[in-house]
Amino acid sequence: MAPDMLVSLLWKAFLQTMYMVAAAGFIGSLIGLPIGIFLATSGKGELFPAPTVNKIVGATVNAARSTPFIILVVAIIPFTRLIAGTSIGTAAAIVPLTIATIPFVARLIETSIREVDKGLIEAARAMGATPFQIVTKVLLAEARPGIILGLTLTLVSLVGYSAMVGAVGGGGLGDLGIRYGYQRFMPEVMLAVVVVLIVVVQAIQSAGDMLARHFDKRTRKN
Amino acid sequence: MNRVAPPQTPVAVPMVTFENVIKRFGGTGKQPEFTALDGVNMVAPRGAITGIIGRSGAGKSTLIRLVNGLEKTTSGRVVVDGVDVGDLPETGLRDLRRQVGMIFQHFNLLSSRTAFDNVSLPLEIAGMDRKTIRNRVAPLLDLVGLGDKSDRYPAELSGGQKQRIGIARALATEPKLLLSDEATSALDPETTQSILELLKTINRDLGLTVLLITHEMEVVKTIASQVAVIDKGKIVENGSTFDVFTAPKHETTRSLLSAVIGAKLPEWISADLKQAPAEGARALVRLVFFGDTAFQPLTARLVAEIGPDVNILAGAIDEIAGEPYGSLVVSYPADPDTLRRADDFYRQTGLYTEVLGYGA
Ligand SMILES: Nc1ncnc2c1ncn2[C@@H]1O[C@H](COP(=O)(O)OP(=O)(O)OP(=O)(O)O)[C@@H](O)[C@H]1O
Ligand SMILES: [Mg+2]
Repeated sequence: MAPDMLVSLLWKAFLQTMYMVAAAGFIGSLIGLPIGIFLATSGKGELFPAPTVNKIVGATVNAARSTPFIILVVAIIPFTRLIAGTSIGTAAAIVPLTIATIPFVARLIETSIREVDKGLIEAARAMGATPFQIVTKVLLAEARPGIILGLTLTLVSLVGYSAMVGAVGGGGLGDLGIRYGYQRFMPEVMLAVVVVLIVVVQAIQSAGDMLARHFDKRTRKN
Repeated sequence: MNRVAPPQTPVAVPMVTFENVIKRFGGTGKQPEFTALDGVNMVAPRGAITGIIGRSGAGKSTLIRLVNGLEKTTSGRVVVDGVDVGDLPETGLRDLRRQVGMIFQHFNLLSSRTAFDNVSLPLEIAGMDRKTIRNRVAPLLDLVGLGDKSDRYPAELSGGQKQRIGIARALATEPKLLLSDEATSALDPETTQSILELLKTINRDLGLTVLLITHEMEVVKTIASQVAVIDKGKIVENGSTFDVFTAPKHETTRSLLSAVIGAKLPEWISADLKQAPAEGARALVRLVFFGDTAFQPLTARLVAEIGPDVNILAGAIDEIAGEPYGSLVVSYPADPDTLRRADDFYRQTGLYTEVLGYGA
């Protein structure tokens, strides 16, 4: 394949991947965050006790997480059509990616929040904080490095998932690799795709690590 | 007509009163019921530093957590400055908590906030604006001696400095009562002393009432004017620190006391001590003299009264709640004659004595 052709294909696929990852990551986190907070604070004797609802939401999240992504993509085609107007293409692919992101983010946020020292909740209660203030001023603030690392992991996973949505015409780097590199047997395309994916994942991970380290004051630096 | 006001006896005004407080945990489902507090009655006077001392698991934390409503009584009342804590709805409880500061064994500072921002937190929670907060926090940091550490994160501070920030934070809302749950238990002896000094200063200068719980006699004896001894959920002794510890009645008090009433015996002596006297054995006795008697020439009288064969094995002079006391560990022959003379002498002088055992 001519180099300029390869570059233009790669660029287009790269943009599609970025678009899918960014959109699904953003919307999924937006919905996953409150669910994660709810999961972390609604157990028996916690800030907003609602143990029954907590169990139901928890079970739903588990169910969604144990469904293989490729099955999820196919299973929710009617829903995708309802939301995106179509079931194929990059925009349509964002729907299953987002659906898969929500429970993933929810659990990661929950874990980060649960790692916050219980003594801090106690101290905040002793100061007269409302449960809402405890969430915003204590839990989210203290869990921030963990949350950032969790979101980083989410984005990295999304890059991988986005390679699978070629199955519904989602496009993107993974799709390019399969169609040219595998089906048309062009190893140079496959190689180029893999290199770009490695760079993208590295970039996301480094940025996430850096941000998390910036907000993490738990240990003494230098 | 000339009316003369009746003479005022200075009756201590209570800041915190516990009335027949019972607290049980569990009892629902699988958990067996456990009585953590079993009919507690006590008063923490306004303006005083009151200590509650007891062993691990005695119910100290449970007791102090009832004061700001972090825990609810099963029955009985906890009254803070005239207000029954159990009667307060959630909003009233939050108002109360803003008037009651609390410090903790593990400091409980937010790792994500600087010293300054940690002290700001209770003020933010109370809804104060940035400018008011700034004006309040700086003097507090100065008060606890950390004006220059304002921008440091807790990870960059020592344990003692963290507790100072904890104290500044607890004082931020200008509370009338400060609760301290083992605030010095994670600190070394020297840092403990400096934190206790700070609490003393705050109590004196701001007139703040302090209720502190501890398992360390050292803490109570250094700063508390009042003390309650708690054992298995019951207050077993209660009163002014000096009175309680100069005439300890309960076994728990005695054993807590012997840990600090100086003069620890060398290992090689204490290892060989027997409970009962053998033929020709010597009695090892700890004598504690309080107040004025601490400086009387007791050893001379001891020899005069008991006999020439009195050995001094250990001794120390210290103070409790600012009053001096001394302690001596002596040994003398455990024959009936000497023992009787010793008992007579102790009865006359009112010395606090404790037979440690019998040795060769
Ligand atoms: N939430 C709870 N549920 C069940 N039991 C509890 C609970 N809180 C405390 N207890 C029990 O009540 C007793 C008193 O506990 P508390 O924490 O008041 O002791 P403490 O005197 O503060 O001990 P320490 O010096 O170890 O802190 C303990 O036996 C403890 O196991
Ligand atoms: Mg405790």
